[in-house]
Amino acid sequence: MSHQHNDSLKITGGTLFDGSGTETDNPGLLVRNGRIEALGSAAVSASAAQEFDASGCVIAPGFIDLCCNLREPGNGQKGNIASETRAAAHGGFTTVCASPETSPVNDSSAVTHLIREGADSRGSVRVLPVGAITRGLDGEMLSDMAGLKNAGCVAVGNGSRGVRNARILRRCMAYAQTFGLTVMFSPENQALAADGYSHDGQVATRLGLLGIPEVAETAAVMEMLLLAEETGVKLHLSQLSSGRSVQMLADARKRGIQVTADVAMHQLSFTEEALAGFDSRFHVRPPLRSEADRQALVAGVRDGVIDAIVSQHQPHDSAAKQAPLPATEPGLSSIESVLSLGLELVARGELERARLLSALTAGPASVLGRNARLAEGEAADLCVFAPEQSWQPSVQTLVSAGRHAPVLDRELPGRVRLTLVAGRTAWADPA
Amino acid sequence: MTANDPSPNHLQLTRDGQLRHFLTLDGLGRELLTDILDTADSFIEVGERRIKKVPLLRGRTVVNLFFESSTRTRSTFELAAKRLSADVLNLDINTSATSKGESLSDTLLNLEAMASDMFVVRHSQSGAPHFIAESVTPGVAIINAGDGRHAHPTQAMLDMLTIRQHKGSFEGLKVAIVGDVLHSRVARSQIRALNVLGAGEVRVIAPGTLLPRDVEDLGCTVEYDMARGMQDLDVVIMLRLQKERMEGALLPSEREFYRLYGLNQDKLALAKPDCIVMHPGPINRGVEIESAVADGPQSVILNQVTNGIAIRMAVMSMAMGGQVAERQQKHSDHEGARA
Repeated sequence: MSHQHNDSLKITGGTLFDGSGTETDNPGLLVRNGRIEALGSAAVSASAAQEFDASGCVIAPGFIDLCCNLREPGNGQKGNIASETRAAAHGGFTTVCASPETSPVNDSSAVTHLIREGADSRGSVRVLPVGAITRGLDGEMLSDMAGLKNAGCVAVGNGSRGVRNARILRRCMAYAQTFGLTVMFSPENQALAADGYSHDGQVATRLGLLGIPEVAETAAVMEMLLLAEETGVKLHLSQLSSGRSVQMLADARKRGIQVTADVAMHQLSFTEEALAGFDSRFHVRPPLRSEADRQALVAGVRDGVIDAIVSQHQPHDSAAKQAPLPATEPGLSSIESVLSLGLELVARGELERARLLSALTAGPASVLGRNARLAEGEAADLCVFAPEQSWQPSVQTLVSAGRHAPVLDRELPGRVRLTLVAGRTAWADPA
Repeated sequence: MTANDPSPNHLQLTRDGQLRHFLTLDGLGRELLTDILDTADSFIEVGERRIKKVPLLRGRTVVNLFFESSTRTRSTFELAAKRLSADVLNLDINTSATSKGESLSDTLLNLEAMASDMFVVRHSQSGAPHFIAESVTPGVAIINAGDGRHAHPTQAMLDMLTIRQHKGSFEGLKVAIVGDVLHSRVARSQIRALNVLGAGEVRVIAPGTLLPRDVEDLGCTVEYDMARGMQDLDVVIMLRLQKERMEGALLPSEREFYRLYGLNQDKLALAKPDCIVMHPGPINRGVEIESAVADGPQSVILNQVTNGIAIRMAVMSMAMGGQVAERQQKHSDHEGARA
């Protein structure tokens, strides 16, 4: 990573969120040689080459995104590793899992190496590739999962695409289980989803949009839970959109199935009503569903049934979104707004701030079998944000190549002041 | 939490509440819809003259932009524009243009270079006219001539004109819409119009496979049984059934559909004796309607076609008037700012 090395940096003041779920005052946090050298009273007296005044800020472990599209290799018109990891750093993220939906698809160790080399030379944050579970993401034949794992893939999945049928899905799981690989699936029954691109509900009925029924998700969740139970694979359900999925997940956990889950931030902030003016930005997949679904998903995060909040960042060129809604490509350029949208939920009393932060740090870390803590000796991956300061997403302020952020017309709370990755500055607020 | 205003009025109305585009009936009030009907009434007389022209759009260029072919709707728009003295250009841009890789945005840029004043748009994708209205140069009016499953507001308004001609008013009327509501942009616009204009009850009559989810939220009741649904009706509107509906497992056969939901004289006898029969056309005789009913004394299907021209003249002249008024308003704002 080609960024200025903070030989030593002392962060003083502010509130420390240490990853365990509690917030304490920060007397001092000393970073040296890429690690957190001292914390608390031991850091107070230490001297450092640079100091950062974090008064009024929260210091948290760097956020970890389990679902991010960097568009490299192959989709340079939409974004690349340099632009999108810099956007991630602007959002307070220090680690992103790179979706296998690249071109070519990340179904071989060669592509995995390409992504890792790109991240090493041009990335602002850590990039953990997720391998394709089927060759070409076609949902038909197994990929070389052992090879992908050796090359550095942290999990395997099928991106946003489905697997052809339950027999292949079962074999995917059984084969991944052989190597202890976590499988990440966005549950969607393709036959039920058919040609849909919106939630099959009130708004789709009013606007004459083709709906994806809620049961397209719940039927797939049920099938995946049963197959995970049978094969013993570690299953991670990505990008839930239905409130009933949360209940099914909680029940499966009670039965002892190894299953974790995430939800995209936009599913917690918006509903099907966002499409009411045919706003193609909110063409996302899975679709934004009802207010009841949104509330159940927030409750799932609150209760810890949902482990992680993800960005599901999908940068696009403007042509991909400049068309009648049904003809546009799904996805939001979201990674820079995740924290701010989360802080809005906190401000509305829907979510505790500590719970929001653990769903961005410890939660996703544990899905990956890692940890995210601010403790002596740990790598200095952290972000400092000012919850009371605001910013307005716009062409001027957004770093991502994708300009279709979920909020563009108003101020959002929460400004990321500083993001460190292994002690190096990945983002420093120019203001 | 909503991301934006659910009603599209910021797009289709001027600051003073005049029409400047005509995209959907959503968000339009009774006063404006009545105004459209009254204006159309005044144009009916024009169609009965020997010289069927008024100069309201003289010097204006209207482009019929049909991405989905429809001879009848296009012809009535063309006639309406010509009776308003506009120059008319018909462009059938069916899927071939799109398959050549040109995006809709690029197509529009090319057309705008021809200095058009109004686009009449038919498109297979819901929301396409909205997209066009958002992207065209200010001053160009967009009229929706049917988009996907979303809306067909001029068809709904000509149906309302037909109902008003025969029933006098909408108060207390019981109206049923029968058939493929799921795929129908016409039904969505009709339900909206009937609710705004004060109809007593709007029923949809169809099997569950041909109804969109939560259809009641549009402002209607649901009846699966046609014999029950026909009771006390003042108006019955039959929808066209596309033959391909059998393939997606939505219906078993045309025969069963006709037996259960086709309108014949026996079923019509269950409605009020003066119940009128409507159909947006083109009709499938023997699939959704019996010939004896389609051609019978209660049928007003041909009145609908005649009224289509008057309604389209009304909407086109009103939208152009809104655009002109807005331009004058902006001009005077500008002058005011300079003074």
